[in-house]
Amino acid sequence: MQKGRFGAYGGQYIPETLMRAAQELEAAYEFYKNDGAFRGELSALLKNYAGRPSLLYYAENMSKDLGRAKIYLKREDLNHTGSHKINNVLGQVLLAKKMGKTRIIAETGAGQHGVAAATAAALLGLQCEVFMGEEDLKRQSLNVFRMRLLGAEVHSVQSGTMTLKDAVSETMREWSRRMEDTLYVLGSVMGPHPYPSMVRDFQKVIGLEIKEQLQQAEGRLPDAVVACVGGGSNAIGAFHEFIGEPSVRLVGCEAAGLGLNTPQNAAAISKGSVGVFHGMKSYFCQDEYGQIAPVYSISAGLDYPGIGPEHAWLADTGRAAYVPISDEEAVQAFAYLARTEGIIPAIESAHALAYVRKLAPSMGKEQIIVAVLSGRGDKDVAAIARYRGEDVHE
Amino acid sequence: MNRIEAAFQNKKAFIPFVTGGDPDTETTEKLVLGMEEAGADIIEIGVPFSDPIAEGVVIQDASKRALANWCTADKLFGMVRRLRRKTEIPLLFMTYYNPVHTYGKERFLCECQSSGIDGLIVPDLPFEEKDELSAPCREHGLALISMIAPTSGERIAMIASGAQGFLYCVSSLGVTGVRGEISTDLGAMIRKVRSVSNIPCAVGFGVSTPEQARQTASLADGVIVGSAIVRLVAQCGKGSVEPVKNFVAQMKAAMNNK
Repeated sequence: MQKGRFGAYGGQYIPETLMRAAQELEAAYEFYKNDGAFRGELSALLKNYAGRPSLLYYAENMSKDLGRAKIYLKREDLNHTGSHKINNVLGQVLLAKKMGKTRIIAETGAGQHGVAAATAAALLGLQCEVFMGEEDLKRQSLNVFRMRLLGAEVHSVQSGTMTLKDAVSETMREWSRRMEDTLYVLGSVMGPHPYPSMVRDFQKVIGLEIKEQLQQAEGRLPDAVVACVGGGSNAIGAFHEFIGEPSVRLVGCEAAGLGLNTPQNAAAISKGSVGVFHGMKSYFCQDEYGQIAPVYSISAGLDYPGIGPEHAWLADTGRAAYVPISDEEAVQAFAYLARTEGIIPAIESAHALAYVRKLAPSMGKEQIIVAVLSGRGDKDVAAIARYRGEDVHE
Repeated sequence: MNRIEAAFQNKKAFIPFVTGGDPDTETTEKLVLGMEEAGADIIEIGVPFSDPIAEGVVIQDASKRALANWCTADKLFGMVRRLRRKTEIPLLFMTYYNPVHTYGKERFLCECQSSGIDGLIVPDLPFEEKDELSAPCREHGLALISMIAPTSGERIAMIASGAQGFLYCVSSLGVTGVRGEISTDLGAMIRKVRSVSNIPCAVGFGVSTPEQARQTASLADGVIVGSAIVRLVAQCGKGSVEPVKNFVAQMKAAMNNK
């Protein structure tokens, strides 16, 4: 396959001004990914700072309740900062430092990646500026304060629909203004090459650990790995180790919002078409003229009109399946896990759990499903209360 | 000789930009004719895109206004057909790759050719991805304009040697928009181009005053001005034709006044 391509997808569709920055990053990443010292430093940070390996937890109550397959949860919610995002930012911010950069910039939707980036920058002594859509800024005021507490400067993005996609566009614009001392720390397996491959490499620790931990617990491979997908970084991280194991079903859960028959969804594979945006060729929610659609999901982390190019390729080749999960299904799964296992999942991760509830009853008693609990749900409690008509103030 | 090449013959080309459909296609049509009358040599028409990542606020807002008024590529093809009954001025479409790709590459280029467009500028299609459009553009007689930036360095030779029409030289880092001063060494940038190619060099991004136009024209073969014009359109809307004509005439006069 061509460099930076997953089948026809991926590529480097960015303005000429940014090409040097992208190529500089690519060269640095190609060097450091094989550099023993870099790898050693990164694994030490993942272990001693982020708290890896994360647990692979056997959800016995849930398994018994659903009556069939054994369900394991990969507990990325237990990482420092409460989600899988820390795996990627530690990698990228450490890389920024090796490259001699003194400042990082990042986009954020709900604030998970922004908080993680601000955290890594605080730890490693880099300046951090986060771009966040004005709409998200209002919805996630607690995370905004959290980022400021960590020393980051948070910019309100007022362009377009003032949400995640606009935050990505604005961070790219800022990078094109200032790249000499600055690295764009992108939060998902999307954007121009090398981001989709590099972010996947930083997240593939999830799948490597799943394989090893399940080997110890059950002495075998899982039958299915299920994860939510927005851009798709926790999903690729979990899937990657199993792509070459045909017996393992890979399922990505897209945000169907209010339903696929309404415009209020963010299901790029189920409802989108092939396009080129944010530096990559992939699937996007868009109209017949190629205008990017204003998407919607209850989950700010999945509220993005596209999907990473490797997922587009896995979908086309049939190696992974992508299923739509509605707001309502996700909210039910959110409450279900809280009651059954005493774990409050991120609303993003609840999309994966909702699919597990559908899948488990159709599987055999000895079969194993691993679902990625990509983040913890504290951030979502107020929004879920509002969804149910209860007025809760953060 | 095609219309674009002719625009650089024995003169410095002034290349204004307007966003198609801002505030409506009727006004864009009048603006194109007015700018030609005021001395423009080539005109760039922006096909609005929802998420233009290389644009500053002025052109972002113009795209938003055009889309809010239901401007589409089809309406702009219609407008170009009407214009072609009245003018032979070289016309370029400036847009992002997604509107071309999703409309259907072949269909988009066919429409460009049959309506009378001379070339395309696609800022998110760098050298490494230009194969998407370069051969098909050639088949349809369209110039695919290449861009170089202050960060291009050793990439300039590679980009310039295969360039068609003219080379779009981005004067500054960042996105489009009016700038107080241009700090890039344009002379050095253009000398690098000259060492491999005779293609005309037109400079854009940040040029907004007659003085900047004069200075830029002393180094380059053409001057591209977008945001300063789009800002006038934003202020005057349907009444922008006269102020834009005056502005274009001033810029052109400054360029001729070496």
